[in-house]
Order: sequence, then structure tokens, then C-alpha cells
Amino acid sequence: MIETGSIEKIAYDITELRSRFPILGREVNGYPLVYLDNAATTQKPSSVIDSLSAYYKGYNSNIHRGVHTLANEATEAFEKTRKSASEFINAGEKEVVITKGTTEGINLIARTWGEANIKEGDRILVGAAEHHSNIVPWQILAEKVGAAVEPIPLSQEGILDREAFKSMLDESVRLVAINFISNSLGTINPINDLISDAHHNGSIVLVDAAQAAPHIEIDVKAIDCDFLAFSGHKMFGPTGVGFLYGKYDLLDQMPPFIGGGEMIDQVSFNGTSFLTPPLKFEAGTPNIADVIAMDQAFGFVSDIGFDAINKAEKEIVDYSRSRMSKIQGLKEYGTAEEKIAVFSFNLEGIHPFDVGQLLDAKGIAVRTGHHCTMPMMSDLGIEGTVRASFAVYNSMEETEKLWDNVERIQKKYGSS
Amino acid sequence: MEAVEQIDRIQQEIAEDFSLFEGNKEQSVEYIMDLGMELDPLSEDFKRDEFLIRGCQSKVWLIASKNEGGELIFQSDSNTALTKGLISLLIRVYSGHKPEDIIGSEPWFLEKIGMDQLVGSQRSNGLKAMISRIQEYARSFQNEN
Repeated sequence: MIETGSIEKIAYDITELRSRFPILGREVNGYPLVYLDNAATTQKPSSVIDSLSAYYKGYNSNIHRGVHTLANEATEAFEKTRKSASEFINAGEKEVVITKGTTEGINLIARTWGEANIKEGDRILVGAAEHHSNIVPWQILAEKVGAAVEPIPLSQEGILDREAFKSMLDESVRLVAINFISNSLGTINPINDLISDAHHNGSIVLVDAAQAAPHIEIDVKAIDCDFLAFSGHKMFGPTGVGFLYGKYDLLDQMPPFIGGGEMIDQVSFNGTSFLTPPLKFEAGTPNIADVIAMDQAFGFVSDIGFDAINKAEKEIVDYSRSRMSKIQGLKEYGTAEEKIAVFSFNLEGIHPFDVGQLLDAKGIAVRTGHHCTMPMMSDLGIEGTVRASFAVYNSMEETEKLWDNVERIQKKYGSS
Repeated sequence: MEAVEQIDRIQQEIAEDFSLFEGNKEQSVEYIMDLGMELDPLSEDFKRDEFLIRGCQSKVWLIASKNEGGELIFQSDSNTALTKGLISLLIRVYSGHKPEDIIGSEPWFLEKIGMDQLVGSQRSNGLKAMISRIQEYARSFQNEN
């Protein structure tokens, strides 16, 4: 809840906000849980959890076809989430396809727009720090049609190198697939500039916004991307729900993805016609309950507002960087000024797995390993990092606890 | 003392060491890591694929040799301290025993300590792979005779 009028002093009432997340009250190994694996998935507020149960208890029904009251109620609630998603990213409602998650959204584009438009000899440029889900679908497509997938290099600070990117652009580049925010580094790419460069070159741009959605405001019209995908579960919603934005004209020209019910206009053995977007891409009964509950997650984020979220996050970033700079042998990856509260680091002489295990023993949950970005780890010459990723419910007290423990681990087990 | 009994006695000692922590994960994990840091590093020459144990999330190399008394001597290393600690426990149990005694001994101390809960399922699978490799070494040295 925003403390209206006092936003300059405190971004929001963290105690009240935490109380909305039942899981945050639990203990792990005798310590209060400090959950810092939010880039993998976030926890869910009661409003989301209750919405799931309210659906099954009150109006469970299949959607879009029924004439009865339950079907109407369920359809209305399902479509309400689409409306919220479209408002969340400033898109038209018909431009938002409901998917299982970011991965499915990217695969959908690769299989439909990609197969129809990428030809032999074409190049697909992807960021060097992409999640595997924004690399592998393009490799599968490239293999099928005889195209090439090439990495856009990162700067020392861990953002995409704009000059290097520009030098790679030519008429063979049909598609550029890049993240808004790196999942393993937390760095924010200069997305407006990169999209504008790509468009000048006549290339289509897909943005992986999985990490951006819970942290910064996304305006698809302002950044002018062609496609954008994000997931519900990384922004306080249920798993198995995601959203794919596409400019309407592009979606309209694309062939369907999966065939089946819900996406057809007329079916006969002489030929079948399809519905218009977005339903053209939504064959089969969707994950109705989770999609409906996702609306509560949009409400949760909108109520707090990105101004407050960014303000609180900046405090965590500034404090953490100051603590990290004082820990001997700590190397931070992704040092760009523009970043969210995701910290990827290693301690000299200690394997990241060991750091993760020692933190877990104190109830602190972090991720260790390659974070689904193996090519980037290989570029950095490391096997992995420790990644502490924050969400809006993480307090300054928890931040202190993390760095106190990292410091203790470094002193006891570090090589310096 | 019978060799198998001796292996059981070592397992009993380890279980008693861990019982001091009364299931406290933090103390147990730090103790395992301390053991790992005390284990002598393996020469780089042995850090080859043929000695690498598959199925471990971290890298573990394990070599075995037979001494004049016909007993197997195990040496190991890992890139993570926790895994090194785990393998050091297995070495404490099995190193210095004859292949037939190793084959006849189950590492029951792991369950008694509750190792699965302490180190998590992924590490636990790695531990199983280490035990299999120790048993494979014992069988292949036994077949040499």
C-alpha cells in the first residue's frame, strides 16, 4: 500500500505488504525465510491464492463458448485479465495473446512468424546474455530454414554493446531477439536505442520482458517493439500463465500456432478458417483458473506503482553495491548503472554452490549456477555465479542479513 | 576385529560426531565443509575425465590404488568444498580396506545422519554416484585377483 503523500520518505509500508504473502512468514532451518530467488519465481499474495480457490469453488466453467451463467462469469473474468495485461504494457486488447509463459510466447513467434518469414541465409541476432528460452527456439528455427543465429556482444558492464550491435546490422538481419533486463545480471538494456537501430535496418524486434515485468514500467508503444513476452509467475502471479504482445498487423498476418478448438471460425473437411488474433493463437482450453488469478497480480503491482517500486529498489541497489565493494574477493557481474536489484557475484576461492548452501543453512534462498545463460557464463570464463534477486517485498533488514552472511562466509571460507 | 566390523565402527563414529549437532543444518553443513577443506588436494594430473564422477552437480574426481597389504586407498578432490567434505566421509569409511570388505558394506551412516535432508536431493544423487564409483573400484580390483 502506498503511503499517499509520504512517498518521498517511505516508498510503501513493507510490513503491511509482506503480511499479504503468507509464505514469507515461514522459517527455513530455524531461521526466518529470506527469499532472494525472485528472478526464478516470485511468491504469491493471498489475493492471488484466494482467487484460484474462489474460481474453483464459485464459477469453474469452460470459457468463450458456453451460454450458461458460469461460462459467462468465467469468460468475463478470463478476459478481464487480458484487459489488465494490455493496460499493464499499454497495448491493445487484441494484441495480447495469453500463453503458458515467456518461453511459449517466444516459441510461438519462432514457429509462426519465424517459419513464415525467416529464409535461408537470413540472420537472427540474439543478445549474448539471453536466457536459453530466447536462444534455443531461434536455433531450432535456424536449423530448419538454413538461417544463422549470432550473439550480440555485451559491454564490460553487462549491457548489450550498441556500437557492436549496429556494426552487425545489414539486410540479412530479419529478427533481433533481446531481453529488456538480463535474468542473470539484472542489467537494463538500452532497449529504445536498440529497437530504433533495428527498425532503421528493417529488422523485426522481439523483447523478452520476463525480468522487466515486476521491476520497471513497460510501454510497448513507447519502446515500439514488434513482439514482447513475459510471464505471470515472475510478477507475483501463478505459474503457467504468460502474455505475448504482437503488433496487430503482424499477428494478423501470422499463420496459427497450435490447431484445435477455441481458435477456429469454421471447420469443415473442405477447409477450415481461423478466428482473428488473439484467439487464433489460443487453441484448446487454457489455464483458466491461473489466468483469472493473474488479474490479482496485476492489481497488486499497479496498486504499489512503479515509482514506489523503483524508489525502494534503488535503495537496495545502492546499499548492496556499497556492501559488495567492501567484501574482499567479491566480484560482481553486471556493473551497469542501470540495473534492478539482482546481484550476480562470486567470492574468490569459494564455489558458488558452497555459498548457496551456506546461505540456505541460514534460511536465505539464492540461486547458484549458470541461471540458464550458459553461453554468457562461458564468455565470462566461469561456471556460474551466486545470484540474489530481490522483489518488492524484500526488506532492507533482509538485504543487510544477506550481505552480513556473505561477508561472514567470505571471511571463513574465502581464499583472501 | 573383523574388517566389516571395523567399517561399521567408523560409520558409528561419524554418526556420533553428527549427533552432536542434533540435526542442526547450519552446523552440519559447516562441519562437512570444514572436513572438505582439510582433505588433501589431488594432483592436477588426476583431474581427468576418466576419474570424473558423472551424476554429480559439482566436479568430483576419485582415484583408487591398492597397497602392499591388498587394501584400497582412495583419494579424491572436488571443485566445491561441500562435495569434498562428503567424499572425505566416504574415504574415511572405505579407504584402507580390502575390496571384498568394501563390497560387503553398506554406507548406512548417511541415512542415520539424515544426509538427504542436510544436503538436498541433487547433492544426494551425487553422493550415490560417488558410492557407486567406490563399489565399482572395489569390484574391479577384486576381479584382478
